[in-house]
Order: sequence, then C-alpha cells, then structure tokens
Amino acid sequence: MGDTTKMTGASALVKALEASGVDVMFGIPGGAILPAYDPIFDSKIRHILVRHEQGAGHAATGYAQATGRVGVCIATSGPGATNLVTPLADAQMDSVPIVAITGQVASGAIGTDAFQEADIRGITMPVTKHSFLVTDPADIARSIAEAFHIASTGRPGAVLVDIAKDALQMSTEFNYPKSINLGGYHPKMDATPESIRDAAALIAQSKSPVLYVGGGAIKAEAHKELLKLAELTGAPVVTTLMARGVFPDSHPQHLGMPGMHGTVAAVTALQKADLLITLGARFDDRVTGKLSTFAPGAKVIHADIDPAEIGKNRRADVGLIGDLRLTIDALIPAIKNEFKKSQPDITAWVNQVNGWRSRFPLGYDQPTDGSVSPQYVIERIGKLSGPDSIYVAGVGQHQMWASQFISYEKPRTWLNSGGLGTMGYAVPAAMGAKVGAPDTTVWAIDGDGCFQMTNQELVTCALNNIPIKVAVINNESLGMVRQWQTLFYNERYSNTELHSKRIPDFAKLADAMGCVGLTCDSTADVDKTIAKAMEINDRPVVVDFSVHRDAMVWPMVAAGTSNDEIVNARSLAPIWDSQEL
Amino acid sequence: MTQSHPDAPSSSYSILKTRTLSVLVENSPGVLARVSSLFSRRGYNIDSLAVGPTENPNFSRMTIVINVEDHALEQVIAQLDKLINVISITELDPVVSVQRELLLVKVSTDEKTRSQVLETVQLFRAKVVDVAQDAVTIEATGNTEKISALLRVLEPFGILELIQSGLVAMSRGLKPGSISDVKK
Repeated sequence: MGDTTKMTGASALVKALEASGVDVMFGIPGGAILPAYDPIFDSKIRHILVRHEQGAGHAATGYAQATGRVGVCIATSGPGATNLVTPLADAQMDSVPIVAITGQVASGAIGTDAFQEADIRGITMPVTKHSFLVTDPADIARSIAEAFHIASTGRPGAVLVDIAKDALQMSTEFNYPKSINLGGYHPKMDATPESIRDAAALIAQSKSPVLYVGGGAIKAEAHKELLKLAELTGAPVVTTLMARGVFPDSHPQHLGMPGMHGTVAAVTALQKADLLITLGARFDDRVTGKLSTFAPGAKVIHADIDPAEIGKNRRADVGLIGDLRLTIDALIPAIKNEFKKSQPDITAWVNQVNGWRSRFPLGYDQPTDGSVSPQYVIERIGKLSGPDSIYVAGVGQHQMWASQFISYEKPRTWLNSGGLGTMGYAVPAAMGAKVGAPDTTVWAIDGDGCFQMTNQELVTCALNNIPIKVAVINNESLGMVRQWQTLFYNERYSNTELHSKRIPDFAKLADAMGCVGLTCDSTADVDKTIAKAMEINDRPVVVDFSVHRDAMVWPMVAAGTSNDEIVNARSLAPIWDSQEL
Repeated sequence: MTQSHPDAPSSSYSILKTRTLSVLVENSPGVLARVSSLFSRRGYNIDSLAVGPTENPNFSRMTIVINVEDHALEQVIAQLDKLINVISITELDPVVSVQRELLLVKVSTDEKTRSQVLETVQLFRAKVVDVAQDAVTIEATGNTEKISALLRVLEPFGILELIQSGLVAMSRGLKPGSISDVKK
C-alpha cells in the first residue's frame, strides 16, 4: 500500500496525480498553491499556464468532453479558487468529470480572514459532486484518488480538492490507495432485470415511440449500442443539445434536436409519441417547454445512472437505473424476445414523422441587404471542416445554429455549455479539446459577446502550440438576448449592442495575441476564408465573420409555453392537418 | 413545499405529510453544511433537524423532519442519497419507531396558578427543573403530539419562554438504518 519514503505533501500531490493517470493540467500558481508548483516543475505531467483560472476550468472541461478522461485544473486560494466557481458549476451541470485542485491558506489561518482566504469548499458545495478540504499531508494522496474516482464514475461531475498550504509543505508518506471504498457511494451499474423486462414490454406495445437521447449516452460511451437499439426498434431518434453527435445526423431515423430551438419534427414527434424511450436525458425545461403539456400522451421509460433523475421532472412508467451502455445491452435481447411474441407496426408513425421532417426542414433566409448570413457561415465551416473535426460553441444564437447547421456524425465532436449556459466557454474549452485531441481540427464557433469574455486564452494557445481555430460570428450584439428583445420587448434593445464591428478589431487583437487574424464580410469570401483558416496549423487562427445582425434562431418555442406552440419562423407556426393534432 | 412539480401531467397529487427521516452520515467536517445546503438549494423545507453521535464514532445520525408529499419525498431521499457522505436514509414510520423531542418551557405562575401548573406537569409526566418567584421552568420529553398537548394546556397560564429540540427518532427492533446493516 504505502511507499515509506518521506516526501512533502506537495510531492505526494503530484505523485498522486501521476498515479491517477493525469497527463495534462491547466492552471495558474499563487501563494497558497506555490509548494505544489515546485514538484510540478519536475513532473512528466504537462502543466499549461493559462491567463485566467476560469480558462483553466473550461479547458479541463473541454479536455474531458473531447477525450472522456478526467480534466484537471489547479489554482491558488482566494481569488484563484473563486475564479473556478463558474467552470465548476458548468461542468457539474453538464456532468463532465473534472477535478479542481486549489491551494488554501495554512490550516492554522483558516477562519481568520487571512490574505487570499476564501472558503472555496463552502462556496462550491452546491455546484460540485463532492469536495475535500485537506489539512493533513497524509490525506492528500487518498483524497486525490477518491476525487478522481468520484468525478469519473456514476454520473460524472466536478470535484474540488482544497489543500492547506502547510499540508503541502509538511512531510508525509505516500499513501495512494489500491482500491477506493467510500461508504456512501456505490453507483448502480446494472438496471434490474424486472425493469428491463417492463421496458421491453412497453416498447413492444408502442405504436409511436421516440428515442429521446441525452448527453448521458456520450458519457456512457453508448453510441454503438444506441445505434443497434434504434435500428432494432425502428423508432425515430432525437438528440438533445448535449447529445449531438452520439447518433449520426445522416441516419434516416434521426430527427435532430428537440427543445426550444429544436426541429419541428423532433419537437412534434415527442409531443405526439405514445412512448418516450429516454436515454441519459433529464427532461430539462429547454427540452420540455411547459412541463404539464409536454408529450401528454406518452408513457415514459427513463434510463439514467442517477436515481434522482428518475421522476424528478416527469413521472416515469419504468425507471432503468444503471450505466446506459449496460442498460441498452440488456434491453436489446429483452426487446428481441418481446418482438418474437408480437412486434408493433410503427410504419404509419414513421411515415407521419418523416412527413413533418420533409415539410418543416431547418432553414434560414439569406439577408436581402447583401450582408452575410450567420447560419451560412456556420454551415460552411461544418461542410468544409467535416465530421471528423471538433466543434466547440459559446452560448447564444451561434450555439444554436452550430447545433442545427453542422452535421455531427460522431460522439465527442460537439462541445458546448448546455446546462449552465456559460458565455465565454468556447475559446478555453476548445483549447482543452485541442490539447486532448492534438491531431483533430478544433473549431471554436463563438459569438462576439462570448469571445470578449475569455479570449485571453488565445495567448495561452499561441505560446503552447495549441492551434485552435476560432470563428467569431460577429453580429455586434448579444444576439440571443437581442432576439428576445425583438420578440418580447417591442424591439427595445436595452444594452445588447456591443459595437464589435467597430471596437475591438478582432483581427488585430488576434494578431496581438500571436494568432493569425482574418476577416470576412461577404458571402462570396466565406469559403475562401475558411479554407485559408484550415491551411494554418502552426498557430491559432481567429476569423472575424461580420454577419447580419437581425438573423434569428428558428424554430422557437417561447420560454414557458407548450411545445405545441412551436413557431417555425417569425409568425409562422406549422399548420397541421387536423388529424395530426 | 416548492419542490413538487405542480405542472407535471401524470403525477398523482397527495397531501402534505410530516415525515421523519433517519439519516446515517459519516462523521466528517462539512456534512451538516452539505445536507442543509442541499435542502436550501432544492427548496425543501425542514421542520426540524437534529444531529448527534452514534454508537460508532465514525458516524453521526441526523433526524430530519420534513413536510412533503409522496413524490417530493422520493426526490428528497434520492438527492440526499447522492451526497457522498450520506451512508443510508430510512423513513421512520411513527407506528414502528420511537420519536422524542425535548421541551424546556418557562411558565408564568403566581400563588393561585402554581399548583395548577404543577398538576399539569404531573399529568404529562414532565419535570419542574427551576422554580422562581413568578415562574416555573418545565422540562418534558415526548413525541410531537404530547409536547403540543402540553403546550396547549400551559398556554393560558402565560408562556414566558420556550425552546424545543428537534425530533430524534429510532426504529423499534432491529431495523435497517443501524450501522451494522450498512457496512458493505
């Protein structure tokens, strides 16, 4: 078990990180964490010195989402730690496994309002899966091992390890546990045979099922099993914002994304279904719209590794608690068994759904004033860069368009901040993704508002050979907020105009940060500019795409209204045949 | 209770009921904060929470009384169970558990009323723990109903000050929730 050689707590920390399989971490040193940075200097772990701790946190998240491994960030006490609060909340909301290590003031000074003291464990308690405050050097290695175990198993999440400075300085033996045994933590991996049987029976009775697939399918690496299940049942598939890519967009059963800005076919299929086969999704309000009117005629099978999700928002007829890959694996033979007795004919349903899809495809209008359509830019980036690239979005209109108009074929190629909706996520998360997948083209699709929140990490990218590509979809405004002002606030544009076509000059800013800065303001130049950006692989590239400012995201279900009220484009609700409603 | 989802279509409505949860937790710093933070964050109202040591110094036991409907209770338990330091949660049915709270109450008395107050104390098998010129302080233990009944009787005399502990409770017989059952 133990290595009886004495070492400092700091060395034990670094050794424990190595033992946990860490190959890279993102961080910034400071007073309380300084002892740890001395052994980091000698470690084989790559430490990437970021420009802001928030960047470290989102980079860890991007790394984790792109690779499936635990992302690691490290910061000092006080402001260093509080700057991690947003990325911790972000990762926790999207169930991304990250471990944050923070220095804390010396144990004797805790509680005295010491310099750079903040109760980061207390502050982050509601936004982490778990947290540790370590004051004894003998506990460091075990806490790190437990943190990685908790972050990466069950429903993944964010874990904080706060370590007092004196614990890092004192001498200890290295005690990295061989196995982890946490009394109160035993994630359930296998759904019960009864629940599998009940789910299979419901599927065999359903005339109009939909596979409602969420981000859990990516976390569980269940894409192959999902494809089998979809083809076995023939049921239409919708993939939520967090699940884009887990089921190929090119697949004929795929209806696209449901929810507030989902496709008419995906939203309507959920509304009209008699059975939702819910896989690693959580009935988020952005998917359900007004909950009481969501999928009113549907029975619900809900598969999730988190027991607290079953029945949280929508009652489940059958709850399948367990790892999703194992659950689908068990479900497939059970369904085959039921189908031998009787297989429902869902042809009429599939035809109806396909009818909606062909009548209400996603689309957009080209601006009449000659300006560039933002949707067109994003669509062309997706086409030219292809399905092997990783796309990382910020939050807002450009995020919705990137989800809608890029075709995703593989899991872990679409990264975004879905739950928390963190503007500023894209650049640092793309940096983390590129570090995790250095041979993959990584595009950050960002807005001009988002970009101005965290673009300083481009310096980190330029200095550390992390050549990401950033497309700034510049509509010189906080576009999604502006869209709501257009629709719900009588076009009173209170504080949403950013003037970013005037200030700053994004190309010059990129240049100043050691990147290549490109600009594009005509539709004819879009492909050329993208191609130019694709050719540059020795430095980060930033393209300022000047786009039409009044473009809006459609379809849309207004917040708090029923999904039946979906509007395909402004003032244009789909007209249904009466028998369809 | 804000937690229940009032616009869920198929949830069966049930009335608010008082529930008692016995929660076995690791005896580690911050556990109480985690539990109370969870209740606060998710909008569950705690009627009372009592926490104390158990027969094993590595564990503490919390008795939490909440007023919720069936569906919300399931959520409370499921969310509590996700806390890493929470070992086990048992709902204690008043019929098959022993439930007690402690009351200290200072009642105004004079020469005329003192004997009546003392008679009440005897009837409720309570104790007088302090006597002053114009007040007596009474200690009583019992379940919530008994304590409420005692307070109703004492009220007309004039309650000067009172404090109640949270409820503590334990299942009768050997029931799940004892530490020996959860050591895995």
